[in-house]
Amino acid sequence: MAVIWSIAKTELRAYFDSAIAYVCIGAFLGGSALVFYTILFLQGQVSMRALFMPSLISPSALLALLIPILTIRLVAEEKRTGTIELLTTFPIRDSEVVLGKFLGALGLILAALLMTLAFTFTVATLGHLDWGPVFTGYLGLILFATALTALGVMCSTLSESQIVAAVIGVFLALGLYFVDFLHVLLPSGLGSFVQTISISHHLSDLSRGVIDTRDVLYYLSVTAIALLLAERSLARSHA
Amino acid sequence: MDGSSDALIEAHGLSKNYGTTQAVRDVSFRVSRGEVVGFLGPNGAGKTTTMKILTGFLRPTAGHAVLGGVDVAEDPLAAQAQLGYLPEGAPLYDEMMVVDFLRYVAELRGVAPGDRASRMRTVSERCGIVDVLGKDIVQLSKGYRQRVALAQAMLHDPDLLILDEPTSGLDPNQIIEIRQLIKDLGREKTIILSTHILPEVQATCNRILIINDGQLVADDSPEALTGQGAGAVIKLELKPASDSVTGDQVRSLLAEQPGVRAVDLLATEGDGVLRFSIRGKGSVDPREALFAAAVANQWTLLEMHRERGSLEDTFRRLTRGEAS
Repeated sequence: MAVIWSIAKTELRAYFDSAIAYVCIGAFLGGSALVFYTILFLQGQVSMRALFMPSLISPSALLALLIPILTIRLVAEEKRTGTIELLTTFPIRDSEVVLGKFLGALGLILAALLMTLAFTFTVATLGHLDWGPVFTGYLGLILFATALTALGVMCSTLSESQIVAAVIGVFLALGLYFVDFLHVLLPSGLGSFVQTISISHHLSDLSRGVIDTRDVLYYLSVTAIALLLAERSLARSHA
Repeated sequence: MDGSSDALIEAHGLSKNYGTTQAVRDVSFRVSRGEVVGFLGPNGAGKTTTMKILTGFLRPTAGHAVLGGVDVAEDPLAAQAQLGYLPEGAPLYDEMMVVDFLRYVAELRGVAPGDRASRMRTVSERCGIVDVLGKDIVQLSKGYRQRVALAQAMLHDPDLLILDEPTSGLDPNQIIEIRQLIKDLGREKTIILSTHILPEVQATCNRILIINDGQLVADDSPEALTGQGAGAVIKLELKPASDSVTGDQVRSLLAEQPGVRAVDLLATEGDGVLRFSIRGKGSVDPREALFAAAVANQWTLLEMHRERGSLEDTFRRLTRGEAS
């Protein structure tokens, strides 16, 4: 446990020492603000839905792009520089390495999500805010970000080239995100399958204030499976 | 602890294949507590692979490694807890400050929180990195990097140090400093270090393993491998009293001298100068007898010196195939 915490802390600190974290958080907040205030001022709507609802240009779409970029260095960088050899010859488990790195990155991403509370308070001061959907919306975004972070860690273990790992990660994340938009074009069986696996589809209900256990389970399963595969992949890379 | 607990490292038939290439083939050896073992071999011979197997970083295709009685594959964490490892090229977290890096390693190594500060101080002093503790690792010179990597390996005060090319890329002064440090450490710890720099093992090790093409080809003390026990080699240059004496005649006379095992006529030069290479028997030094023979036969002795058999010769002989 102490080891996981120690790795998480170190990763989080490394993020704040690196430009990539500031660039990504800046892009996320800037993009989210743009979406939010555009709707606020152009449409004259005071709504939190824009923050939570998946769409082509939305905070969650930004996360699907930025989280793979942020998480890709976690293991790939250690493979490239060779420090992975230190880490894996310390008397610690591969699972501890994976969990520590996952939690470190998640800490950063949750901090970025926390900053969007500024929008919530804007809405709250401008008019009556229904806190129910805000709560479920944030729950949804947190679960969504958690699953994406786990997928990012998994992709990070796949290659020592950060570019290769990043390309795989971004394609996987954006693919899982945008595949949902294709379901109308597909025959119904395939369409509903696509919705089931889509990482954005499960955000819709939560963004409307509905907590469906299937959505929660989806995100938790994706997280668990991705972390498990990450651990396997890490173990295999030094076998 | 069982009876074999005196061996800190036991390698039993280690093999490692990468695809169809066999990087290491059936390598077995034991290292006892307190030994400083040099692991020699040409680049690509399998030194690093063997060390990576010992540290649990790589899993062997066949065979098993045992550290302090613990099988590395069965209980990697318990095996790894006993060792300090300096990987080849001293990979470190470049963006970290040295002191933060050491603290991180102490945490991951499970050094008790109360002992961390004192352990960090001890190894920093030992490795001479006190002055750079506040620097980012990326700013360090190669010599300092290597020391930080060594400090990292010693942080939890392990009995066993596995050092992969601890002096590679260093300048001569730095090499001497690191060697001295390793020598000092060798008084209290068991060390296995790899290198392809031969004087290094002669300077620091009391046992040498030579690996070639994935196989162990020698396992002995530096003295034995430098050929001092196998008889000295004398280079002799002389000029017979008259030109009518042939090189062969001189050779057979030389071969009759006590303490001489074999004589080779290396060259006959234009002015009648003959050059020989003479191999002595065991530990006998045949030089006095050779001198006496020269006086008795009225040869003019131009040069005579004993060559210390070099580790280099042994190394070349063992790693270049049996032909040479």
